[in-house]
Amino acid sequence: MLATLRWVIQRDTTLAWRGRAGVLSTLFFFVIVVSLFPLGVGPEMNVLRMIAPGVVWVAALLASMLSLDRMFAHDYLDGSLEQLMLTPQPLSLVVMGKIIAHWLATGAPLALIAPLLGVQFDLPPRALLVLVASLLLGTPALSLIGAIGAALTLGLRGGGVLVSLLVLPLCIPVLIFGAGAVEASISGASAEPHLSLLGAVLLLALLFAPWATAAALRISLE
Amino acid sequence: MSLTLEADALECQRGERVLFRGLSFSLAPGEMLEVTGPNGSGKTSLLRMLCGLLSPTAGEIRWQGSNIRSLKEEYLKGLAYLGHANGVKAELSAVENMRISCGLDGNNPDGQKIGSALRRMGLGGREKLPAKQLSQGQQRRLALARLLVGGKALWILDEPLTALDADAVRLVQTVIGEHLGGGGMAVLTTHQQLDVRAGSTRRIDLAGAGGH
Repeated sequence: MLATLRWVIQRDTTLAWRGRAGVLSTLFFFVIVVSLFPLGVGPEMNVLRMIAPGVVWVAALLASMLSLDRMFAHDYLDGSLEQLMLTPQPLSLVVMGKIIAHWLATGAPLALIAPLLGVQFDLPPRALLVLVASLLLGTPALSLIGAIGAALTLGLRGGGVLVSLLVLPLCIPVLIFGAGAVEASISGASAEPHLSLLGAVLLLALLFAPWATAAALRISLE
Repeated sequence: MSLTLEADALECQRGERVLFRGLSFSLAPGEMLEVTGPNGSGKTSLLRMLCGLLSPTAGEIRWQGSNIRSLKEEYLKGLAYLGHANGVKAELSAVENMRISCGLDGNNPDGQKIGSALRRMGLGGREKLPAKQLSQGQQRRLALARLLVGGKALWILDEPLTALDADAVRLVQTVIGEHLGGGGMAVLTTHQQLDVRAGSTRRIDLAGAGGH
């Protein structure tokens, strides 16, 4: 079982590495959107500090949406998704591997680059740490929830927009708790309750999403 | 229970149209089923049903006496499928494609076995090239090489001869012959006349198998 998971992760991370342009464009999107705000709003430190958590988190959310079509669409087109579905292992396990690989290629780099962007908003060091922690907890949940939408809209025309419409409402709790954690830390309160709730959302998504995605894939491929 | 594939009163409905109805057959080791029929007669749908990718509107498919829906992964262990699309990743080399498909099957990739399968399919010397630099026919050969290392009992092949040259067509016939000779089974669709020496061949014609 674990060997299968390892093979799927290795396969998808290799593919992501060979197709770096796609991964990098997501990351650049995130960097540019976040950097536009200090330029647009102007160097008013108090305002910037106030909007920082929301801006970074909304940008992270949009960047994850942008990368969702990569999760299954290419494999669907070249027939390798069918081959993956015929792997003699539970499909939810294969799906889990793909989600982990997707997160490693999008969510993780995003979380790691976020403190650099936070500096533009004059965030204190503690808030920067909380920002990274909240993104590390929140982006896997985004990949998990997004996978369901990506699987449901597979092969549909205009699937990219549809997947955002489907998934964004489900991602609102992640956005609220993620941005809330950073806000709390800026205002000197404890970020822990927000992070715990974010962790709870992640656990819930871990439990539910691979299974739901597998079911959605079966329907999409019929 | 003996190793057999049975289809019992299969019905396939796509949208409003019934493609076929009441389709039954059985397949024993060493036998090959050739599915023929005009375009759109449901050949691919039948093959996808046999893989479990598509559920039949009515009827059931049994492997060693049990419904494949209840067998799930147990059934997939003995099955190799080659669809219209090759299922080859263009960014990966031939060897990497083979290694991953071995690994996903739960086997440790054996470099020698993979190398000899690729050479047999005429891809010797191109093992390290990204698959996108291979021609259509070569990519098809690569997809077929997967069958050689998989060691699966049941091969389900959708138009295996597409894009292949005359040499490769002969090679595929030999390979299928050996597979049947070794007690394997094969279900395939093709528009070309296949000449497989070993085993026995059954034919199903889907033309006019649908009702309204």
